[in-house]
Amino acid sequence: MIYPGSKTILEVRGLCASVSGTEILKGLDLTVKSGEVHAIMGPNGSGKSTFSKVLAGHSAYQVTAGSVLLEGKNLLDLPPEERARAGVFLAFQYPIEIPGVANSQFLRLTYNTVQTQRGKEELDPLEFDDFVREKMKLLEMSPDFLDRSVNEGFSGGEKKRNEILQMALLEPRLAILDETDSGLDIDALRIVSQGVNKLANKDNAMVLVTHYQRLLNYIVPDFVHVMDDGRIVKTGGKELALELEARGYDWVGAKHRGAAPKVVAKVAA
Amino acid sequence: MSAVLQNLVNQPYKHGFVTDIESDVAPKGLSEDTIRMISAKKNEPEWLLEFRLKAYQQWLKMTEPTWPNVKYPKIDFQAISYYAAPKQKPKLKSMDEVDPELLRTFEKLGVPMHERAVLAGVAVDVIFDSVSVATTYKHKLAEVGIIFGSFSEAVHEHPELVKKYLGTVVPVGDNYYAALNSAVFTDGSFCFIPKGVKCPMDLSTYFRINTQESGQFERTLIIAEEGASVSYLEGCTAPRFDTNQLHAAVVELIALDNADIKYSTVQNWYAGDENGIGGIFNFVTKRGLAKGVNSRISWTQVETGSAITWKYPSVVLQGENSVGEFYSVAVTNHHQQADTGTKMIHLGKNTRSTIVSKGISAGHSNNSYRGLVKIAPTAAGARNYSQCDSMLIGDQSGAHTFPYIQVRNNSAKVEHEASTSKIGEDQLFYFAQRGIDAEAAVSMIINGFCKDVFQQLPLEFAVEASNLLSFKLEGSIG
Repeated sequence: MIYPGSKTILEVRGLCASVSGTEILKGLDLTVKSGEVHAIMGPNGSGKSTFSKVLAGHSAYQVTAGSVLLEGKNLLDLPPEERARAGVFLAFQYPIEIPGVANSQFLRLTYNTVQTQRGKEELDPLEFDDFVREKMKLLEMSPDFLDRSVNEGFSGGEKKRNEILQMALLEPRLAILDETDSGLDIDALRIVSQGVNKLANKDNAMVLVTHYQRLLNYIVPDFVHVMDDGRIVKTGGKELALELEARGYDWVGAKHRGAAPKVVAKVAA
Repeated sequence: MSAVLQNLVNQPYKHGFVTDIESDVAPKGLSEDTIRMISAKKNEPEWLLEFRLKAYQQWLKMTEPTWPNVKYPKIDFQAISYYAAPKQKPKLKSMDEVDPELLRTFEKLGVPMHERAVLAGVAVDVIFDSVSVATTYKHKLAEVGIIFGSFSEAVHEHPELVKKYLGTVVPVGDNYYAALNSAVFTDGSFCFIPKGVKCPMDLSTYFRINTQESGQFERTLIIAEEGASVSYLEGCTAPRFDTNQLHAAVVELIALDNADIKYSTVQNWYAGDENGIGGIFNFVTKRGLAKGVNSRISWTQVETGSAITWKYPSVVLQGENSVGEFYSVAVTNHHQQADTGTKMIHLGKNTRSTIVSKGISAGHSNNSYRGLVKIAPTAAGARNYSQCDSMLIGDQSGAHTFPYIQVRNNSAKVEHEASTSKIGEDQLFYFAQRGIDAEAAVSMIINGFCKDVFQQLPLEFAVEASNLLSFKLEGSIG
């Protein structure tokens, strides 16, 4: 929701980033204020997922130009764990599995690590158990989630719920949801979306990275951005998503690419 | 590998110091005379000298095995000294007479030689180079009829037991290194749990190699009579030298009817430096004979040290309904090589075995699991379950699995599962994104990976093993 006079959480200016020498982000600008929900849409290869990983600090991506400020603080100077502690949360498209490590153990370590960094009290295993069970209700998760190994043997929907559960525990300033809707059936999509909606408040902000308009029926964005070729090329309200659903991405991209001729060279084998 | 990973894996070895102690070291070289010299030094009975000479004759006819997946320069067996012992009074009356320098050495290693010390409740036999220097709680154990102490003492005090069981599980000509050990072994631990006795405390042997040019050839013999049970722990360290030392031990376990032997090892021999210079060649034969009905032998090993590890703690399941278990974590880093696993030989009816092997390879190391499950025609209803998991850290290391399965009885059931995983940037990024740094992440991933094995270890050993692994792999991830 847009709140008048709310403060800026994320400010991205002219961000350029590459992976193994290939430039993916080519001057991206984005401002996100507290309370807002932003959707970033765009075709495959437009740089959406790269953008979320660059914000979170994945070491495979090199930032070559531009700036990223989180609540006025230079995010690019920080290693990924410190970005997380500062309030950046990324819900992964493909959460990793950690065999042999109980979910409860992992969740408590991440919770306590972040709490300590924020100068707050750690919870012992019993206190944490009560705390996490409360949060799990939000996502309609059964308690046996706690005893299972982290993400091991989880269905796609269970993995995504586990991601949102972590978001609920860590209470980030800025949550980036990378293709959270992919691989979810309708029920799971509803549960995950409800969870996200309950977590959204006037002090935090959400960035949803998605291919499809479907998710936005459940989590209604304040802004919809279209990415193409490493830049945001169009911004609108929630109605833009519907238009994209109806017309596809080509009309936006084509306009942005302007007169550049499409040359497809085919070499006969 | 990223810098964080590098730093994590590349922690220095903290047991690498040398004790400055006057030692009695035999001249280098191996011959019948060397063997007679060792036997004479230990004032051994004639039958034991014959045992040694027979082994030596067999060894001369054998060749070094070349099938393990390890590479090393040819060992010059004439360049090794086969006996090294700290000079001390011939007979110690109490722990107070142990050379204070030795006491300090073991204190530094965290091994208590005073019975009042930290690990109270664990009886320890301490082997320094070629000899046993101290055994704690000996008298208390004797009250319930348990014999625990150095092998040399047992030869003099209980020759009938030693003679009855020595070489019955690992015959003198079993393999190249077992034959060498049988010829030149100098000391080790002996343990006898009489009928019906449950050993009231964990027994433990601590092995320390101190001399640069000596090998360590110790012999351990554990016998659990009918209905007896014992939990046995073994730890090992060695100083940092830029040459390789040979460690060729033989361990024999015998479990009679309804007896239970649990043998746990945390092996942390010096592994060589980051370029693969120095380190221990750990060529060890360990085998248990589950001789009686319902007997059980369980091996748990955490192998983190040595330049090369070649060992296959095995169980011969002879008694009906006997059980064999092998739980292993083998960690290699830098240029370490490990070829380790087990053999489960099912002879008796309804015998059961479980194999859980976890291999972790970092740096340029190579880690192989090699295991044999053999079901004899007599082993009706035998069952085996094997699980072999490998974890790679970075992209220069190797993991290999060589399972051999021979089934000669149709009623047997054999299962084998294997997996390979990798700790890479993406795993660490996931943890980092949750605020967890690389060190804590690796420790958590590794502990999760090894959980099935660690939970088999006695508590204090499990904590040590877990710390050792974190320490060992510090800097290997990033």
